[in-house]
Amino acid sequence: MSTESITWATPQAATPPPLVEQLHHWVATVDHKRLGILYILYALVFLVAGGVEATIMRIQLIRPHNHFVSPEVFNRMFTMHGTTMIFFAAMPLVFGFANYLVPLMIGARDMAFPRLNAFSFWMTAFGGLLLYFSFVGGDGLYGAGSAPDVGWFAYAPLTSQTFSPGHSTDFWILALLVSGIGSVGTAINIIATILSLRCPGMTLGKMPLLAWLNLTMAGLVILAVSPLTAAQVMLLVDRFLGGHFFDTQAGGSAVIWMHFFWVFGHPEVYVLVIPAFAFASEIIPVFSRKAIFGYPIMVAATLCIGFISMSVWAHHMFTVGMSAAENTFFVFSTMAIAVPTGIKIFNWLATMWGGQIHFQTPMLFCIAFLFQFLIAGLTGVMLSAAPFDWQLGSSYFVVAHFHYVIVGAILFTSFGAFYYWFPKMSGRMYNEKFGKLHFWLFLIGFHLTFDFMHIPGLLGMPRRIYTYEPGRGWDIWNLIVTIGVFFQAAGVLVFACNLFWSYFRGQVAGSDPWDAWTLEWSTTSPPPAYNFAALPEVKSRRPLWDLKHPEDPDWHYE
Amino acid sequence: MRLSPIRAILTLCGPAVIAFAQPAGSPFSPTNIFAPASTPAKSIVDLSLFVLEVTAAIFVVVFALLAYVVVKFRRKATHGREPAQVYGSTQLELAWTVIPVLIVVILFLAAARVIGVVQNAEHPGNAIDVTVIGHQFWWEYRYPSLNVVTANELHIPVSDPAHPTPTFLTLLSADTDHSFWVPRLAGKTDLIPNHPNSMWIDPHETGLYLGQCAQYCGTQHAKMLLRVYVQTREEFNRWIQEQSRPAQVSSIVSEGQRIFERTACINCHAVAGTVANGRYGPDLTHLMSRDTIASGAVPNTPENLRRWIQDPSTLKPGCKMPAMGLSDPQVNAVAAYLETLR
Repeated sequence: MSTESITWATPQAATPPPLVEQLHHWVATVDHKRLGILYILYALVFLVAGGVEATIMRIQLIRPHNHFVSPEVFNRMFTMHGTTMIFFAAMPLVFGFANYLVPLMIGARDMAFPRLNAFSFWMTAFGGLLLYFSFVGGDGLYGAGSAPDVGWFAYAPLTSQTFSPGHSTDFWILALLVSGIGSVGTAINIIATILSLRCPGMTLGKMPLLAWLNLTMAGLVILAVSPLTAAQVMLLVDRFLGGHFFDTQAGGSAVIWMHFFWVFGHPEVYVLVIPAFAFASEIIPVFSRKAIFGYPIMVAATLCIGFISMSVWAHHMFTVGMSAAENTFFVFSTMAIAVPTGIKIFNWLATMWGGQIHFQTPMLFCIAFLFQFLIAGLTGVMLSAAPFDWQLGSSYFVVAHFHYVIVGAILFTSFGAFYYWFPKMSGRMYNEKFGKLHFWLFLIGFHLTFDFMHIPGLLGMPRRIYTYEPGRGWDIWNLIVTIGVFFQAAGVLVFACNLFWSYFRGQVAGSDPWDAWTLEWSTTSPPPAYNFAALPEVKSRRPLWDLKHPEDPDWHYE
Repeated sequence: MRLSPIRAILTLCGPAVIAFAQPAGSPFSPTNIFAPASTPAKSIVDLSLFVLEVTAAIFVVVFALLAYVVVKFRRKATHGREPAQVYGSTQLELAWTVIPVLIVVILFLAAARVIGVVQNAEHPGNAIDVTVIGHQFWWEYRYPSLNVVTANELHIPVSDPAHPTPTFLTLLSADTDHSFWVPRLAGKTDLIPNHPNSMWIDPHETGLYLGQCAQYCGTQHAKMLLRVYVQTREEFNRWIQEQSRPAQVSSIVSEGQRIFERTACINCHAVAGTVANGRYGPDLTHLMSRDTIASGAVPNTPENLRRWIQDPSTLKPGCKMPAMGLSDPQVNAVAAYLETLR
């Protein structure tokens, strides 16, 4: 079978099938690229939903004793915002990119288990629908609140039937249970794909960093999501079958729930941020025109982060009355994680050092990520010192800190990834001018909101309060924080318009618009269903560099 | 106060930040964590400033590096040629592994020391013991050895650093999780049902210290405010004496008392010396000695008290006290009765 005959068969002149048939193809697809795009679009829908909830909260907090929404509605908003953003925006986004990119970057034709892949996506999708169905069905027969209002970490015993009658909490539990099954399915798939479907010549040590990071992420998903799922089952038993795991009035333990939740919750942060590192590790070298600096230590640091992240969970619990010895242990493990993350930042900087930095939109987002992740890391070090956390924990300082991680690092690099791989996914270039407008609007909004959000925390403002007292010195900061939200919203609007417009009207991108080095750029944009006509064979970490520089290939140095 | 580099940096960073470094006497906010008035809070601030110094130094170094790289290595006009490819450097990577490890060890030791100072403090014989019980959405304070029960406004004696008389709090919860956080006195500690906790404070200055519940506990988490009155020893002893007396009721308000005792009020509220002995809501024996009602949500004025009795949800929507459906004359009578509970 010759290569040409396959390439020639790519659909070009064929008339597009009718719309219903196209939609049917999307729903019934098992193609990793289509599922990846479904994941990403799904994440974007929930990103907007979570953003609307955040905006409602910020309008309520614009001044003390505001009456924009009732306390009940506010409590639902922060619960839905947190749950939505973590489980139905960030996770699907991460999985979407992993799905789309991993097979292409390791030279595979699809994921290892295409049908499990589709199953996992639809489980996650139904989980999100269940969560939002609570707005309709949460009342149950009790006339109690609609959407869940127990906070995204749902501390016991607030989740018991006594304190949360009605079905809103049940929808929350089921949504996480169902989407958790999808997450584990995808994680297994990613691991199997990376371990068994790499193209000829691609040893583990020659994989793109993105594959290594996603491998680590997938391992963490399996380890982290399982305890969460177990805890949700226990909570269901408590609520429906008279169990007493977390029922404190019957001798159950509220603290056990905290352990279960954070044994999931902290690795979860790394589940989200490791893919963000992956995007940065692909984008920064290409736009600096240099190979990644210190590939082996980058891999080692990633694995190290993965391991340590399993032993830091109780730093979320410094205020629950652990013994001095326990607190000291978790201070140490938490601080230790700063070392491998520090290595990463220095290696990215060293990659840029001596390069020729191109300031296109993907790179702008990655540079902002470096700056913001530095600050997020340093505020993280402050919080890891348990006594400092006794003051800062559960305050707006913590809220600012983790938004610095989740928005400043994860969302920023994800935006970078959108722009970087949009030409590959759609075959069209985005509009650079609007990309930069999006960047600057979002950057200004981000810093107005999250820089100033640290201050009320230092001044004693706890999180999750629907209103606050005047005269505490919090008013001006909350006003500025709320103003920033509108800049961010404007940025996201520009982003959506840009992608939409570019999809139909953008310039044709060609297969390799960035002059990049990894395998996905060796196939057409968008890639055919089978990805590669002939399976590529690689000799180094940058196969396309070798192709473009036959006189000076990488394998001489690696 | 010692002059540290962080103070110099804070001074350069604009008025917002300078405010934090001001002395405790003139806090930028009544709940500023950088204006400590008690040993635990003071130890935390000392550690915080050290951590801030170290992190600020790291920030300056890495940010300078980033800025330099971005400016210096931006794309030059010379197209076509790729820059020299560098794949790594063991020496450099070793350097930026070992140096952070050393920094982490130092920070860890500093933090571990303060954990010990705060968590392993001795309980001296002259300490005041108070049991704090968190409720949705108010605070119950019981002084077991002094025979006093009160709510929402904690009174404790000032502690002279030379002869400390600290207050030890036992933290319990009647329902969901709560957290006791008065930033100028100490860090927060959670009140968790079925999981007794403790903390201690030794305020060095008299005055009113504010805070609020810092662990989400339900609908009215936001208005579960904390007020700690730190008094001289004499004032505190007088307060204890007044609080340990039973209610003194005058016959002029017997109509209000009758309504109070015959409606559901007494299912939740106690008034010492009468039949009212509920424990679900605040003890009202000395209600009028408090500055606020509804856990600090509103001042304790006759007007607010009437509105509260009429329909608590107008002042604190979602609170657990129901509107009893009393007529205006009944509300007035009950309010008149409560106003005698001094």
